[in-house]
Amino acid sequence: MNGSGSSFAKPGYEPGPPLWLLAELTYRCPLQCPYCSNPLDFARSHDELDTAEWIEVFRQARALGAAQLGFSGGEPLVRQDLAELIRAARELGYYTNLITSGIGLSEEKIARFAEAGLDHIQISFQAADEEVNNLLAGSKKAFAQKLAMARAVKRHGYPMVLNFVTHRHNIDNIERIIQLCVELEADFVELATCQFYGWAELNRAGLLPSRAQLERAERITNEWRDRLAAQNHPCKLIFVTPDYYEERPKACMNGWGNLFLDITPDGTALPCHSARQLPVQFPNVRQHSIEHIWRHSFGFNRFRGYDWMPEPCRSCDEKAKDFGGCRCQAFMLTGDAANADPVCSKSPQHGKILAAREQAEHGALGLDQLQYRNEKASRLILKV
Amino acid sequence: MNENILLKVPTLRRGYRFQFEPAQDCHVLLYPEGMIKLNDSASEILQRVDGARTVGGIVAQLQARFPEAEGIEEDILAFVEVAVERFWIELR
Ligand code: SF4
Ligand code: SF4
Repeated sequence: MNGSGSSFAKPGYEPGPPLWLLAELTYRCPLQCPYCSNPLDFARSHDELDTAEWIEVFRQARALGAAQLGFSGGEPLVRQDLAELIRAARELGYYTNLITSGIGLSEEKIARFAEAGLDHIQISFQAADEEVNNLLAGSKKAFAQKLAMARAVKRHGYPMVLNFVTHRHNIDNIERIIQLCVELEADFVELATCQFYGWAELNRAGLLPSRAQLERAERITNEWRDRLAAQNHPCKLIFVTPDYYEERPKACMNGWGNLFLDITPDGTALPCHSARQLPVQFPNVRQHSIEHIWRHSFGFNRFRGYDWMPEPCRSCDEKAKDFGGCRCQAFMLTGDAANADPVCSKSPQHGKILAAREQAEHGALGLDQLQYRNEKASRLILKV
Repeated sequence: MNENILLKVPTLRRGYRFQFEPAQDCHVLLYPEGMIKLNDSASEILQRVDGARTVGGIVAQLQARFPEAEGIEEDILAFVEVAVERFWIELR
């Protein structure tokens, strides 16, 4: 690794530290969720960073100020060196988060990770209803295993985040989902409506909940919040709505390359989890130091500041609030990542969002028409 | 009520970690997927939360350390109240 190469740093622009480091250890995963945001061409990615390369990434990012480290994937449990990576990260002073489907987890591993210094485990679910869950995850045994592992996580004293990806086929079960999380003694519950990147985008027509569904889910979540607060219950519910029903886009993180650093299995560094789909060249930790990547690389500077914005964002007085919205959404829906996020009602392409809403009200696809993520489907799509 | 709190022993909630961040030159509280930057007074208090000291003990220590500062006890009690409300610390 070296720090050489030309600098694309913007004069006068000082990016914040990469506080959040996401280590996508592998694309391998035993599940096949239709909304998975892993790249369509994951079948080609077999060239993973090794243990020493990962630890060097952790060390360099920590020196730049990274404090939270997420181990994710694919399914990070597939990596045989996970305990070793946890130990190294913890010794560097990171708060370590394991983000897992729970498949491949065992009590023995939970204990071993605790001993290595793992701070927290997040388990993601697809639905509280076993049938829907198994259908969505493409695995019959998935649900029972997850419940058992969630209980084991608490037994071993970890704080636990349960993450439920909601969409039109399971969001009506929200009451049951929250109940289950409280029963499992989750400390935090994320009820995130799936965002439409990567695989999810392919299936958008089948997954976007209707406005009525969302409003009902939010109302039920608020009722539960009141109930929990009245009992002085520590469980915190976090409800994330999709921005398709908004008139202004969500702010892109803390701004592009201003908080979040994602390293993919092969060492490509991204300013955002779904940025690999953008036609922007991103640096790799095998060629450059993290410092060079964060401060000087083309990819991390591409959408920093405001000078890259075309109209209507350029002259908009709200640009410091939302940074023009999501670059990935702008790219997917308008073909140009620099455009205003079409969620914005000022965007000339806002009609695409209106059309998606319209579709969610009427002709959504059934579950059997969703596209499942597996290597075969991925190869077929690559040929197109 | 304050008498009671002074006798209690605060501990950080499981999964919450207090540490100094050299890159940011400040103390932070880390928890699952999140971080709170702490100001100087909050750090002075949390540095003394060790699972043995009572709130009263922390008040006495900080009064001794900053003899010219006024209203230390009120500030500490206000912070403890907020920290308990947000489930950062527990009182035993
Ligand atoms: S570009 Fe979009 S997906 Fe990426 S960080 Fe920004 S808002 Fe999130
Ligand atoms: S025009 Fe651009 S900057 Fe203005 S509100 Fe819309 S997305 Fe944000």
